[in-house]
Amino acid sequence: MSYEAPRTRLATAGARSTTSAVLTDQPRGDVVRGRIFYALLLFGLSLALVGLALLLIDVFVDGSERFGVDLFTKLGSGFPENAGFQNAIFGTLWIIGGVILFCVPIGVGAAIYLEEYADGTRWWNRLIEVNIQNLAAVPSIVYGILGLAFIVRGPLNLGFIVLAGSLTLALLVLPTVIIAAREAIRAIPPSIREGSLALGATQWQTIRRQVLPASIPGIVTGVILAISRALGETAPLLLVGAATFVTFNPTSPFTDGYTALPVQIFNYFSRAQDEYLTLAAAGIIVMLVVLIAMNSFAIWLRNRYEQKW
Amino acid sequence: MEARDVLSSSRLAAALPRRLEAPSPRYGEKVIKGLLLTCAVISIATTIAIVVSLLIPSISFFQEVGVFEFLFGTEWSPIIQPASFGVLPIVVGTLSVTFWGLLFAVPVGLAAAIWLSEYASPRWRRTIKPTLEVLAGIPTVALGFFAFTFITPLLQDVWPGFLGDEPNIFNALAAGLAIGLLIVPIIASISEDAMSAVPGGLREGAYALGASRMRVATRVVFPAALSGIVASIVLGVSRAVGETMVVLMAAGSTPNFSFNPVESIQAMTAFIGVVATGDIPSGTIKYDTIFAVGLLLFFMTLMMNLISIRLVRKYREVYE
Amino acid sequence: MSSRKFFAMTATTALLAIGLAACGDDDSGGDSGSGESLSGSIRVDGSSTVAPLTEPVGELFNEEQPDVNVTVGTSGTGGGFEKFCAGETDISDASRVIAPEEEKLCSDGGVEYDEVAVANDALTVVVNPDNPVTCITPDQLSEIYGPDATATSWGDIEGLDAEFSEDLDIYSPGSDSGTFDYFTDAVNGEEGAQRTKDVNIVGENDNATVTGVSGSTGGIGYFGFSFFQENEDTLKALEIENPETGECVAPGEETVQSGEYAPLGRELFIYPSAEALQKPEVLEFVNFYLENVNEIAPQAGFIPLTDEQLSEAQEKVATLGGGGSEETATE
Repeated sequence: MSYEAPRTRLATAGARSTTSAVLTDQPRGDVVRGRIFYALLLFGLSLALVGLALLLIDVFVDGSERFGVDLFTKLGSGFPENAGFQNAIFGTLWIIGGVILFCVPIGVGAAIYLEEYADGTRWWNRLIEVNIQNLAAVPSIVYGILGLAFIVRGPLNLGFIVLAGSLTLALLVLPTVIIAAREAIRAIPPSIREGSLALGATQWQTIRRQVLPASIPGIVTGVILAISRALGETAPLLLVGAATFVTFNPTSPFTDGYTALPVQIFNYFSRAQDEYLTLAAAGIIVMLVVLIAMNSFAIWLRNRYEQKW
Repeated sequence: MEARDVLSSSRLAAALPRRLEAPSPRYGEKVIKGLLLTCAVISIATTIAIVVSLLIPSISFFQEVGVFEFLFGTEWSPIIQPASFGVLPIVVGTLSVTFWGLLFAVPVGLAAAIWLSEYASPRWRRTIKPTLEVLAGIPTVALGFFAFTFITPLLQDVWPGFLGDEPNIFNALAAGLAIGLLIVPIIASISEDAMSAVPGGLREGAYALGASRMRVATRVVFPAALSGIVASIVLGVSRAVGETMVVLMAAGSTPNFSFNPVESIQAMTAFIGVVATGDIPSGTIKYDTIFAVGLLLFFMTLMMNLISIRLVRKYREVYE
Repeated sequence: MSSRKFFAMTATTALLAIGLAACGDDDSGGDSGSGESLSGSIRVDGSSTVAPLTEPVGELFNEEQPDVNVTVGTSGTGGGFEKFCAGETDISDASRVIAPEEEKLCSDGGVEYDEVAVANDALTVVVNPDNPVTCITPDQLSEIYGPDATATSWGDIEGLDAEFSEDLDIYSPGSDSGTFDYFTDAVNGEEGAQRTKDVNIVGENDNATVTGVSGSTGGIGYFGFSFFQENEDTLKALEIENPETGECVAPGEETVQSGEYAPLGRELFIYPSAEALQKPEVLEFVNFYLENVNEIAPQAGFIPLTDEQLSEAQEKVATLGGGGSEETATE
């Protein structure tokens, strides 16, 4: 009905403004203003890019003296010369492993349900959708509180172990995985599904053999993006116990006492000696390198396997 | 859609010859549907768990400290004696940092969005857009580090005398600028999305009448995409309010009822972080403050998210 | 489908990586020094002031006994006691003596323990090197840091340099640190009571106090001796007037060990539980701690124990451990 009304209103407003401008203003004045405007736009854009560049330069300058192989071979230590990030890296790897194991089946499952099975007009399905969108924007520290209350203590009572960190972060990035998987599934045209069904396949067979395989690149991209987010998350892990100072590598998801790369960086940042500040910067370099590698891989994956329907 | 509906109707299914039916029995489908529904429901369980974990200790907190005193008191000193539980100073701290962040992020983000949507050639778009996305992916510890080791000393060096005292070692402005960098991609990306959704016809009509590019961008596209732009700003605010590490590392731990950018403040998130990892025994009223503050934080971001979802739906509906 | 294969490859690689990670920490190498090879894990938690001492000890111990994992948490002195009295930790680090409520908590929880001194510390008040003031009394400190304090410049404090009237730039550690507790108790008379107006609370980041005070002529801050030692070239430590003798005493090894540096000299403790000491690895660790602490203390910025303090500590451990220790303390 009135979807036309706003469009018409805007078109009219635009036309009116343009006509008055053309008829009353000096065209040359407009050109000058246009150039200034363009310059302002570029200036604004460059502020963001310069900010990014400054950050990278600052981190590299501060951390390059300690950046080297021994960051990966040395564990956390109370002696700055002996300190490295090995146990933090392993802790992060364990945590991310747990996050993948939890998020991928549940996230993809939820996405399949919402896209293929759910009737969009039912109120409970709409509630689930709105709920996922809200969860994606809840502050990360609130997830930390959730983890502390339910996973570390409370019903699950796992204690301050690696698995608790994994589960907390998994809940944090689950909405991201669901949303990305939904996009991937939605991108597949209905004709694929209809063709399969027309040949007599059941709904699940259609999903399993047609929809899912075609959407895997998109899903994997989404998972990688979710993991990138989980890699950099510090606040929830602070609450869930990764802040202890450990000097050994975790050996299982049930290891009591672990740390993670961003938390270790924060720990080093807060210490008195200047060498620790350098170490913190070096750790940030490590994290940035890993993140860039992962994101480039995700982009390559998306470009390689993108199918044009 | 129609083919599926037709096929699922039982009459047709019964009418199909046996050899065309699916080999697996239909009840398997129900089991699978149930499993997948469980996956989706986990999100509901998460929300309920969040609310419960925040609500229960908050209730015992509010039995000791009145809600009114909490929400409207201006002295926040739950741990340092004499104790006082008015939450406004840390709310102001959060809002101050957010404000300075927006002051940077809104012009910059919108400039980027307008440029990307109206001016940029496809080749430039392909390079600049992902570069902006990189900003969104920078870990917040790195941003906090940057704010403390680079932005603050820089501000202290170049601070003009007529503005008064130079910034403290911890100050709201440095944290705000770092957070601003973080949310520029949010504003830029969603606003650009909204602007791209404006139908070409509107633009072309204006061009046909002789409008300059600037005029089209500012008088036609921008107002048309306004609800999406506002949604992006609201989402940016929500992200800034929920940010922990940057404020923890650069803004300080001093509850301060002030919007002064050079002063040290404490944000709600930083407060939770400090107390939860600190000394206070759990179960005490001092510890329960983190749940009360967490609840307030949750509500604030929830409100903002609901508003922005509605705004996004509005602009999408108009043009789709 | 190639995308399936690719996905499978990625998954396998990821699993392999995790598997390698799991095997990656088996770098146990041979001899474990003295005695037999022990294994287990030791959980320590508590003061973030004592942690910089316990952590290096834990690391050195781990080199001798690679199969013993020592975890050092920093929940703060109070938080550490809470866990300790609930039986969740083996040893509690503390930068103050156990409080009466905490004693009761432990007796309710059935936890027996003893207070073992491991080092001395000087709570150091630092100012900018350009500050002419050299000596300050606890009362004057209270005028700056007390809960009712209103002083805004150095000239507001009676009895200091009359010509120096820079604005006060006050720094304080976070309220969740044992240093804060001790300072407020010693100077303001009430633990946890401090001025909140116009104070820069640096939280965990004592580095910020260093940067702040060294960059501001009117700056003043306090922290443990180790931070001062790290930054001797950019900061100046104030002498504290001993309330009993009236003499100005600078923080240092002799003045703290002799007790002259009052009221800001303190002992740092570990509280091992009797039950934990029944475990051979914990007993070995605590003995190792005491044997090596006087070497490590200066490196970590603390003041070593006197001979008397050390032998007293070792006796306590021997008694609490049930007298079954294999190695007698050597001095």
